[in-house]
Amino acid sequence: MDYGVGNLLSVRRALEHCGAHVSVTADPDALLSAPRVILPGVGAFANAMAELHARGLDEVSKEIAARGIPLLGICLGMQMLLDESEEFGVTAGLGLVAGQVVPVPTATAAGEPHKIPHIGWNSLVLPPERKNWTGTLVEEIARDEAVYFVHTFMAPPADPRDRVADCLYGGIRIPAVIQRDNVIGCQFHPEKSGEVGLKILRAFLERS
Amino acid sequence: MRKIRLIARLDIKGPNLIKGIHLEGLRVIGPPNEHAIRYYLEGADELIYMDCVASLYGRNSLGDIVQSAAKDVFVPMTVGGGIRSVDDATYLLRSGADKVAVNTAAVANPRLISDIARRFGSQCMVLSIEAKQIGTDHWEVYTNNGREKTGLDVIQWVKQGVELGAGEILLTSVDREGTRKGFDIPMIRAVTREVGVPVIASGGMGKPDDVLDAVHTGGADAVAMADILHYRRAAVGDIRRAAMSGGIEVRAYERP
Repeated sequence: MDYGVGNLLSVRRALEHCGAHVSVTADPDALLSAPRVILPGVGAFANAMAELHARGLDEVSKEIAARGIPLLGICLGMQMLLDESEEFGVTAGLGLVAGQVVPVPTATAAGEPHKIPHIGWNSLVLPPERKNWTGTLVEEIARDEAVYFVHTFMAPPADPRDRVADCLYGGIRIPAVIQRDNVIGCQFHPEKSGEVGLKILRAFLERS
Repeated sequence: MRKIRLIARLDIKGPNLIKGIHLEGLRVIGPPNEHAIRYYLEGADELIYMDCVASLYGRNSLGDIVQSAAKDVFVPMTVGGGIRSVDDATYLLRSGADKVAVNTAAVANPRLISDIARRFGSQCMVLSIEAKQIGTDHWEVYTNNGREKTGLDVIQWVKQGVELGAGEILLTSVDREGTRKGFDIPMIRAVTREVGVPVIASGGMGKPDDVLDAVHTGGADAVAMADILHYRRAAVGDIRRAAMSGGIEVRAYERP
């Protein structure tokens, strides 16, 4: 989904590397007839939602979700799946996964200050509520394999069952993969996470 | 503890990967992306492309090389050398770069740092500093690939750069660059003590164990490796193993 925000080339190249035919488009008909849709995103939440809305793509995203088409939000694209964000005042999101986007805490679990944004390679771990990754995008990923993060806000689903994988940053749990039915989000950048990221994209390409 | 990043640095001139000593006497190593792909597959956590003749546009330019790398390299790429404006940064980020590194133009016009940081976020804005020692615990900033003195003190400039919005520092010791004598640890220490943003130590890596001093004593968040990889004196995996045996946390990686 091309809504004028962010660098789509890297995502496109990574998907092509995985053998996908990629179309970068803002056309609602093309998006609704695609077998799978990716919602990328960088930058600020409110701006990205405004750009989506200006193209009618917020409604298209909801329709994609309602029709059961696999939809993968990456980074800010994952955050936009939630109900709303606190970034620069409260802005409504797509409401496809219940929850509110909040800042990554500026202190570690031990109360020490740590660096924000959260940037770099970090390992995927099981959320406390989950026993395994069967049937998810990270099924083939060994626990503790690292992926690449760059973000200041995080998107914790209200329902813990929507939490697939977390990472730990200064002892704080950050949702790394979320999923509600056909709607999936990755806080990290699979297209920049080496072979582990490509494996995750391939798993998405196999979903129907 | 944060994972320390092992970064392959590729200095570019025209269509070639090159390597010099003290950033001079450049020797052609070969086609940059053959090496880039090798480093990616060996498990480099990031790549840095630095163009020493500052040609961003057109065929065989930096933009062209990065666009081509984006087909096969799926780790973050930092690109620098010749970025003079927000438009130059936009072009490189659209070409597949994740961050841009700015040196000469930032010294001439420090506002460029804020302009890029405001437009794309601090995490995209890497301040590249080329430095030479001019006295005990005293280093001077150089521009134009280590050729021109600026009169700026490294520590003052780093602090100013971070205030203006630089999200990361690429700190290259011109004295050590290409010499294989090890990193300039006192300089790295002096910089990491002053700023909270990540610092990439660059210049002088002679053997895999040099990473230990850069991190344990220098406080570096990442190390840039060039000569040691280009001449196959070590592979990224050797450096990763050296880091792990020295108690440094790095990304677990198995070659596909």
